[in-house]
Amino acid sequence: MTPVLQVENLKKHYPVKSGFLRRTTGQVFAVDGVSFSIAPGQTLGLVGESGCGKSTVARAVMRLVAPTSGRVLVEGTDIATLSKAELRPYRRQMQMVFQDPFSSLNPRMSAGDIVAEPLLVHGVAHGDEARARVAALFAQVGLRPAQMGNFPHQFSGGQRQRISIARALALNPRLIVADEPVSALDVSIQAQVINLLMDLQRDQGLAYLFIAHDLAVVEHIAHQVAVMYLGRIVEIADKVTLFRNPTHPYTRALLSAVPVPNPKLKRKKQLLEGDVPSPMRPPPGCPFHTRCPIAVARCSVDVPVLKERDTGHLAACHLADG
Amino acid sequence: MIADPILEVEGLRTVFFTAAGLVRAVEDVSFTLRRGEVLAVVGESGCGKSITALSLMRLVPTPPGRIVAGTVKLAGRDLLAISEAEMRDVRGNAMSMIFQEPMTSLNPVLTIGDQIAETVRLHRKVTRAQAWDRAVEMLRLVRIPEPAQRAREYPHQLSGGMRQRAMIAIALACDPQVLIADEPTTALDVTIQAQILDLILQLQRETGTSVLLITHDLGVVAETAQRVVVMYAGRKIEEATVEDLFEFPLHPYTNGLLGSIPHLAAISGAVAERLQEIPGMVPALSNLPAGCAFAARCARADDKCNDVPPLVELRPDHIVACWHAGATP
Repeated sequence: MTPVLQVENLKKHYPVKSGFLRRTTGQVFAVDGVSFSIAPGQTLGLVGESGCGKSTVARAVMRLVAPTSGRVLVEGTDIATLSKAELRPYRRQMQMVFQDPFSSLNPRMSAGDIVAEPLLVHGVAHGDEARARVAALFAQVGLRPAQMGNFPHQFSGGQRQRISIARALALNPRLIVADEPVSALDVSIQAQVINLLMDLQRDQGLAYLFIAHDLAVVEHIAHQVAVMYLGRIVEIADKVTLFRNPTHPYTRALLSAVPVPNPKLKRKKQLLEGDVPSPMRPPPGCPFHTRCPIAVARCSVDVPVLKERDTGHLAACHLADG
Repeated sequence: MIADPILEVEGLRTVFFTAAGLVRAVEDVSFTLRRGEVLAVVGESGCGKSITALSLMRLVPTPPGRIVAGTVKLAGRDLLAISEAEMRDVRGNAMSMIFQEPMTSLNPVLTIGDQIAETVRLHRKVTRAQAWDRAVEMLRLVRIPEPAQRAREYPHQLSGGMRQRAMIAIALACDPQVLIADEPTTALDVTIQAQILDLILQLQRETGTSVLLITHDLGVVAETAQRVVVMYAGRKIEEATVEDLFEFPLHPYTNGLLGSIPHLAAISGAVAERLQEIPGMVPALSNLPAGCAFAARCARADDKCNDVPPLVELRPDHIVACWHAGATP
């Protein structure tokens, strides 16, 4: 089956300017060669810590930022280089849900107008037809159609995220890019939104690029998981393999650091030393070697490439080569 | 053997007078922190856990807030009955607090060393040089590499994890009996969170400080605390040892909360199933229903729930405020 989305060697570098003449004095390597693909109806979870570039991947995929290089294939067409007009039909197939349900909705538009906007912009429906479609979308995400006239501030955080999801669904997309969609919500509300996203996927065959820092949430919702560190994917596999049999030392440390709500489970934590290095000056060799518990001399010289360990299980580590 | 109590909170009630009316942020909350233990207070946004912490430190912004009833006894002395001057001597000395966001709680124009030394000089009769030495010693204690150099740096020069370590150094500089940690790792990445929680536990064992940990994260509770208080809409609704609470949650809210979080099946061995939802949302504190505040979201609710349920001990060392506790819904 053709993937809904295929990303090949995506790079996004931001220039750092300083001084009176605003000369470019450096580069932030926000995303530095990322490749993955998502099959129809599947969820790829993209995990990593702050500054690892996961949100930049989402923005580059949506063309909210122009990639520095690399290809973003939507149904075989590279959208990374298309003009705005050429991009339009592809925009209908992929929609985004953001983290903050407070700043991602226009406070001066009613909830119904927010959800109707994509329909009007893309000329899909007008007037009564649009209104009926919005009412159906409201019901689909668990909001009452009677609330269509209300404004965002009249909704709770969880309800606002439902409005964002309804807006994303309006054009019947094949892919939804969700950037930390439940991180701002309380746990009892988080469960409501996760269940909604999973139900929608089951009913409509949606694919998700699901970006999150919470590994437990990702394990719950994703089929495939990619772990990012300093702008690169260091390990990618199907969910069960990645969580049961992590190969990269960073993935192992990340899993070990997650607090598990089970007091009987006495785990030996594998703590990482230090902090993530600056993406402006990524360390030579393996970007993780400065914190890696098993690093050897070679790791600070050679950059490890993402290699297949098992079918569909790739990791970028010299020592995992065996 | 049960250790002596160090902090006893009895009938604490904190309200806010707002334009929307009287907000009962903390309503008749009582608990005891024992010497050398980690007690977690857990709940969702707006449950009153942070206002409880601020009330203990007498840091509730007044007006609009006011502590209207209760006692807070630190080693037998009621902190709500002493003068503001006496209270200033308690804060940062016998009892100190760390906050969620280290960047906003540190002074950006003072070096880290100066901020630790300031606390020490405020509470101890020491010279400037002695206070500085203590600051460097504290930075070493919280595992900051090259503490002598780091002491001369400003908060913006440190990473988020390092800043939280510096906050802990300030809080522990005067060997407090009680450390209140309000969401100390919520703003941090998961690998840094693990470092900071590990540090707090190590220091707690080394110094014998008792810790009151305020958090929304049940995973953090399970891995760090011995006992736990669950709050909902300003009230304590359940209290138990951590093992008992996770194995036998008695309150339907606690039960729902535990069912609503994904459990990281690969590690915990739990079976991945559909997450439980708690329908509806937390009621506004300015407009609480009479009776049990959870009733509107509760599958077990009936007429009895129109009265506020009292806290009763249903299992050894495990109390709950629910008319239908433990019964299957």
